[in-house]
Amino acid sequence: MKYSYFPGCSLKGLGRAYEESLLPVMKHLGVDLQELDDWNCCGATAYMSVDEAKACVLASRNLALAERDGNHPILAPCSACYLVLNKTKHYLHQYPKMKATVDRALNAVGMKCEKDVPVRHPLDVLINDIGLDAIKMKVTKPLQGLKVAPYYGCQIVRPYATFDDQANPTTMDRLLEALGATVIRWPLKTKCCGGSLTGTIPEAGIRMVYILLNEAKKRGADCLATVCPLCQFNLDGYHSAVRRQYGDVLLPTVYFSQLMGLAFGLPDRDLALNRAAIPFRWRPSSPPPAPAQPPAAKSVAA
Amino acid sequence: MNSNREELRIGFYVCHCGHNIAATVDCAEVARYVGTLPHVALSREYKYMCSDPGQELIQQDIREHKLNRVVVASCSPLLHEHTFRGATEAGGLNPFYFHMVNIREHNSWVHTDRKEATEKAKALAQAAIERVAHHKALEVKRVKIHADVLVVGGGIAGIHAAMTMANAGKKVYLVEREPTIGGHMAKFDKTFPTLDCAACILTPKMSEVGNHPNITLWTYSEVTKVDGYVGNYKVTVKHKPRYIVEDACVGCMECIDACVYKTPKFEDEFNEGLGKRKPVFIPFPQATPQVVIIDPETCLNLKTGKCKKTCVEACADRMAIDFTQKETFDEIEVGTMIVATGFKTFDAKRVPAYGYGIYPNVYTALEVERLVNASGPTGGEVITRDGRHPKSIGIIHCVGSRDKKTNVWCSRVCCMYSMKLALLLKEHTGAEIYNFYIDIRTPGKGYEEFYNKLLDEGVHFIRGRVGEVTDWAMTPEEEGKLTIRVEDTLAGYVRRIPVDMVVLATGLEPQQDAQDVRRLFNLSCGGEGWFLERHPKLAPVSTFTDGIFIAGGCQGPRDIPDTVAQAGAAAAECLALIDKGYVEQEPNTAFVLAEECSGCKSCIPLCPYTAITFDESSKVAVINEALCKGCGTCVASCPSGSIVQNLFEDDEVFSEIKGVLAYD
Repeated sequence: MKYSYFPGCSLKGLGRAYEESLLPVMKHLGVDLQELDDWNCCGATAYMSVDEAKACVLASRNLALAERDGNHPILAPCSACYLVLNKTKHYLHQYPKMKATVDRALNAVGMKCEKDVPVRHPLDVLINDIGLDAIKMKVTKPLQGLKVAPYYGCQIVRPYATFDDQANPTTMDRLLEALGATVIRWPLKTKCCGGSLTGTIPEAGIRMVYILLNEAKKRGADCLATVCPLCQFNLDGYHSAVRRQYGDVLLPTVYFSQLMGLAFGLPDRDLALNRAAIPFRWRPSSPPPAPAQPPAAKSVAA
Repeated sequence: MNSNREELRIGFYVCHCGHNIAATVDCAEVARYVGTLPHVALSREYKYMCSDPGQELIQQDIREHKLNRVVVASCSPLLHEHTFRGATEAGGLNPFYFHMVNIREHNSWVHTDRKEATEKAKALAQAAIERVAHHKALEVKRVKIHADVLVVGGGIAGIHAAMTMANAGKKVYLVEREPTIGGHMAKFDKTFPTLDCAACILTPKMSEVGNHPNITLWTYSEVTKVDGYVGNYKVTVKHKPRYIVEDACVGCMECIDACVYKTPKFEDEFNEGLGKRKPVFIPFPQATPQVVIIDPETCLNLKTGKCKKTCVEACADRMAIDFTQKETFDEIEVGTMIVATGFKTFDAKRVPAYGYGIYPNVYTALEVERLVNASGPTGGEVITRDGRHPKSIGIIHCVGSRDKKTNVWCSRVCCMYSMKLALLLKEHTGAEIYNFYIDIRTPGKGYEEFYNKLLDEGVHFIRGRVGEVTDWAMTPEEEGKLTIRVEDTLAGYVRRIPVDMVVLATGLEPQQDAQDVRRLFNLSCGGEGWFLERHPKLAPVSTFTDGIFIAGGCQGPRDIPDTVAQAGAAAAECLALIDKGYVEQEPNTAFVLAEECSGCKSCIPLCPYTAITFDESSKVAVINEALCKGCGTCVASCPSGSIVQNLFEDDEVFSEIKGVLAYD
């Protein structure tokens, strides 16, 4: 199956580690990703709040591009892009006035948005299109002994729960288990990471970051796994501020795609693990202690 | 037009139905217009045609104006066709010289434009005038009613209905799919608001059912087929193998002690999985019938064939254990039926934010009923799954009720059972109890008083829909506890309340297989899946299938008093039919014009009621009037046009169409 890959600004900037790890992983799984030619801003959060119509037009242009380029499902890894593109589709369905505005704007540049191209999240594609069995087949270095707290953030399940439960999403849990990791059960999977509050009202934002890091650490996590560039940025980038306010809760935050790459045995340089502020040093190559898991050690060697 | 020798004299009446019709349709104009049509001897408008004076008017006009046809334009024939046919007959005419026009449901209630609605009413009235001219005198046939009754479902509704009819001397078959009767009520500890012990009031009725000479009790059985019609139903009942000869088993339970599984190992369904049972078991001490059952899913012998069969040894010469049992079937004839198949409780896992299935100390209300019950898995000691005695308990109301994401309806019983459980838990544990509610609904005798009693007892009530139940502790007090996060809408702020145990007041839902049951008994369902009564106010236990009645939770959420009242009503409806001895059959049946039938047999497989047979001697199709429901399928399909249906003869239908088209 082919997908139109929509990186959005984050995956080319602050969240480039996400793109740098996701693309090799998808390639390794044989997924055909074609970056959408001439894509533009998705219209994300701030714009949506300032002027919905303009934000919708921006997002619709991307939908129209995908329609033009073969109408393949859009793969939107960034949570904000995923939400805004889906929200725009919802608006176009629901509100004829908005649809007319968008149509007028697109028409002015000779484009149209008619075909209802699906907007998919990588987790959705991995679980429902590729399947856990196919993923397990690719695992050469299981993440044995790594305790991961899966962190979904807010936008991929709220308000549109298209592929997972709103209150208790499990797709990443299942994916990480398939990679051989130990999944930490915790109730803060979808609790706010602080979002843009870290920039606007730092004391509120930092508190939220602290709550997540602290709770994951308390439950024995070695790292947090995230699906969102903004979550990764907040959870990774504010450790010194957290330390000043609450004390040290050092915990690395990685993208799920980086953990997939490690389990698939892809080289470190393909996974952009060095980009994070809090380094993630754990590697699966270190063979598990011999007496504990002898058969697994064998299969890894084979 | 018509070859009747006498002159046609049609009387027409348009009903105002108060404002229901008159507000949208200009009734005077309709009456004036119809009065100008040929053969109309008189045309009147009247405020309430269905009232006694309205009916009297028809009778008087028939006599005084020598009317020989009557048309009333009013509501749906479902409501008052019977009434006006009666009035026509009382006036001295054959009741089928009457025809009804629906200008309420089909017109005034669905239109707003008075002018257009009036025009529509005129067109419909003209169609009826044209049609009624062709009506023929028909006779209502009477069919005898079989006096036996079938009750489906052995909960409190089925038990009460069966007992009522059996006590009236009728032979009753009571079919229950579980191994014992008792239903949900048997699982309850106490009943609200009187705090009667549920078992104490239910189990005597259960054993009475088991011993009643007029009741044939079939447990672990299901209805698989229903044929026939009111008064004469043929029903097939499947008996699932319980691997026990019911007549031989004395309920001594020695086989249970002797089972190769020394300790109970399997989830005990009756105790909502909180306890364990063996493969051979009796669901609860007062189960009716008092016989054991062997579960083929867990029995070693039935699963593998390799077992010492110590149970058979223990049973010895009673020889009640029979591993060779297969499904068996019984075919019975009954005249009437009561469907009382009950409800299921909402699956709390569908609201993961409340943590059921995630945190061990989150319980459903039904589980807590078992937990506080003296014969429950803990002998009535309230002890959590992780072995603690709770010091604080939160009860969350409306789980799976009044919620667009799950079920929109109010389940009616949860407020009351939550308060009952609050009281019981307080008595058993002395814990602080918090109720989280949206609204407290206490619409029943003594219910509001019960609520007040709880307030006096110091049970906490917090108004707000709970956001989540979490084990994420923000303060040392929350460590090791479940924290309930809720917006207290009376205090106006978000609260976090740490508790040791959470009880989810799950709502009521239609049974999983309600749709299958609906098809089996030819019932209707509302959008939510509850069985539909014929009329929500005036025929609350009747269905759209004659002779089949509904009672209890299968019709919608209700409490025990309402269920019992409804079961009694359903029983009375059955008894009324049985004691009348016959039912009248609509004469709108089809018949074959034998001289024109080519004997092609194409109609026979099409009939949904298997009413058509082939007469080998005369080589024509024959329709059994008693079985025919008047659906018209055969009439439409007959290649030679040799099947005719009363009240829907060609000239009647075509003239009606002509009438509506002629109006302009």
